[in-house]
Amino acid sequence: MIAIAFPSPPPTTAELETLRQEVRAFLAAELAHLPPRERVRSWMGFDASFSRKLGQRGWIGMTWPKRYGGHERSALERYVVLEELLAAGAPVSAHWIADRQSGPLLLKYGTEEQRCEILPRITAGECFFCIGMSEPDAGSDLASVRTRATPVEGGYVVNGTKVWTTNAHLCHYMVLFCRTGVQEDRHAGFSQFLVDMKTPGITVRPIADLSGEHHFNEVVFQDVFLPRSALLGKEGDGWKQLMEELAFERSGPERFLSSFVAMVEAVRALRDAPSDAAQAAIGRMTAQLVVLRRLSRSVAGMLQRQEKPDLQASLVKDLGGVFEQEVADIIRSLVAVEPSLGAKDELSATLARLVMLAPSFSLRGGAREILRGIIARGLGLR
Amino acid sequence: MSEHLLKDTVSRLFEALVTKELIEAMEGGLWPREAWAQCEELGLPRVWVPESAGGYGVDPAEAMEVVRLVGQYAVPLPLVETMYANRLAAISGLAIEEGPTTFAPVHQRQLPAMRATSGGWHLRGALESVPWARWARHVIVLAQAPEEQRFYLARVPSHSLALEPGNNLAGEPRDTVRFDLVLPDTAVASLPEEFGWSQWEGAAAALRALQIAGALTQVLDLSVQYANERVQFGRPLGKFQAVQQNLAVLAGWVVTATAAADIGAEALIEGPTLLPIAVAKARTSEAAGSAAAIAHQVHGAMGFTREHRLHTFTRRLWSWRDEFGNEGYWHRQLGRLTFAAGADGWWPMVTATPYVKAQIA
Repeated sequence: MIAIAFPSPPPTTAELETLRQEVRAFLAAELAHLPPRERVRSWMGFDASFSRKLGQRGWIGMTWPKRYGGHERSALERYVVLEELLAAGAPVSAHWIADRQSGPLLLKYGTEEQRCEILPRITAGECFFCIGMSEPDAGSDLASVRTRATPVEGGYVVNGTKVWTTNAHLCHYMVLFCRTGVQEDRHAGFSQFLVDMKTPGITVRPIADLSGEHHFNEVVFQDVFLPRSALLGKEGDGWKQLMEELAFERSGPERFLSSFVAMVEAVRALRDAPSDAAQAAIGRMTAQLVVLRRLSRSVAGMLQRQEKPDLQASLVKDLGGVFEQEVADIIRSLVAVEPSLGAKDELSATLARLVMLAPSFSLRGGAREILRGIIARGLGLR
Repeated sequence: MSEHLLKDTVSRLFEALVTKELIEAMEGGLWPREAWAQCEELGLPRVWVPESAGGYGVDPAEAMEVVRLVGQYAVPLPLVETMYANRLAAISGLAIEEGPTTFAPVHQRQLPAMRATSGGWHLRGALESVPWARWARHVIVLAQAPEEQRFYLARVPSHSLALEPGNNLAGEPRDTVRFDLVLPDTAVASLPEEFGWSQWEGAAAALRALQIAGALTQVLDLSVQYANERVQFGRPLGKFQAVQQNLAVLAGWVVTATAAADIGAEALIEGPTLLPIAVAKARTSEAAGSAAAIAHQVHGAMGFTREHRLHTFTRRLWSWRDEFGNEGYWHRQLGRLTFAAGADGWWPMVTATPYVKAQIA
């Protein structure tokens, strides 16, 4: 029997629900003036001052040790905070990557010096990270990465180009994935580095997305000297570390809640006289939300127990991406509304942003075809 | 260990018991007497009956696993129906009788009326699509007395029924039964006040959801196995990316259905509430059709034959998805709950624990 285990997620508790209410009250106050057309950016919305406030509340780096500025809370408490932020459409982009993957990577593979210097600044909501994985010739195929760190006296010299680097122009650090090995095995000879974005030789150039917005960048490394202390983990272990990082990246609630703000606005628009078709379509979304949330919480439980749910994480991201991308068309089938970013009508503006963001939902964090390839391998095909 | 003991034992029994021949014989009109006897010997009909009412003290979560296995092995017996009927009898205080038992009605519009008369309880009805009625010794009938909110259960012996046979797509009996009779007090019991049509239907829907999830795991298994064995253009089908991508989508449906059925099963154990049960049946019913379509595509013409086993599961899926409410029915129920919660109450409803209790409109 093929068994893809999704154990029952840990049950909620009174403490978790109290925390949930605290987060809701905080968000109701903090986001009162942020309209749905802005909230619909979901975790692409950047607001450094909002991230600082979250840091002050103790809601960044929640599970990390106190000696690094963390709060030693459980993965489930963190999950509650994350899903509440996403459901409300809070602008969390500034600290999201650091909290989700760069911080945990530093905790696991960083030196004591790296941890002490950087983690407390992340939890304060003052230090932001970007991901240095993709390159012009290496998108889904990360084994084709060509950026290279060449060992020199006292450290390394890096040359190469990274692309699609979200918020590179606003971040303090990048976790760089590049080649260090002589032996060019497909998965050997990679390493990860902690790169201060102010290091001389780094050039950040904007890449506008299809709607003209600037969040992506191209990051060029030209003879960038990195001290030996910038190495993250072991030289040559980069691929293994990267795979672990991706499990954190793929299963969280941001993989099925990206369109939730638009869904809420659709219900608001339909509430006075919902047709039978509207009841069925919105009811179906409720069913999808409840099931995806269970699957995602199940993976959170596995990560908490130090298991390696790579296959499950890929399934959650694939299923979540399909759901998030359907939303705009379902809303269009129920409400006659023409999308326009500048519209007075809130649903029109919200839908406009969603339609133009949606193609990224099945690209970022692993393209749909790649995820399905991972799932197929997990089934015993290939 | 012990928590999987029953599941393992039952899996082994079904594995040995349920052959292609047994399923064919049932569809041909033969009652699988020996298979039933072996299930009875293992105590499966009473596996969901509380110990206080004559059960064996089995954890209800294990009973739910038995239901899933009935789907996974396409067991051609009214096991789930008997488990549920006996459970209902136990809740209401009716004596639990031996032998295959079923329950009716399936459709709310056919809910029969019951009247107290000087000679006993008068019950009259014509109930369609009653599962396995022709081979059941008793039918547990849900009825309502006029002028009363409360529901009653009646045990109707099958010899007092007029029966008109019918089948679902998988050849499982779905018969019409007619009765007009007077029952003694010992055959009638009132249900707890909070038990009404939505609980009756909801529990049945959650059970079918588990059967669907079980059958889907088998469909995935068969499809992966076939893709790895069948060679075309010089390599196994499973080597083709187009086929791999389809099978990954199939796995997604199976995972969805399994999680949804788990949500329903937990709700059944905690006491049936509308939201999780609606989610369970809605998602499994949608998964049933989508997954069956992919499985057939992967199996090609071979899977379209009577010879291959795939249809044993897909015909059940195409039947079960419409029994006790299809996805459209449950989506509308969920839509009503969602609009009642409102735009800003939607997320709190999704995260609410325990789940909102609400009556079906």
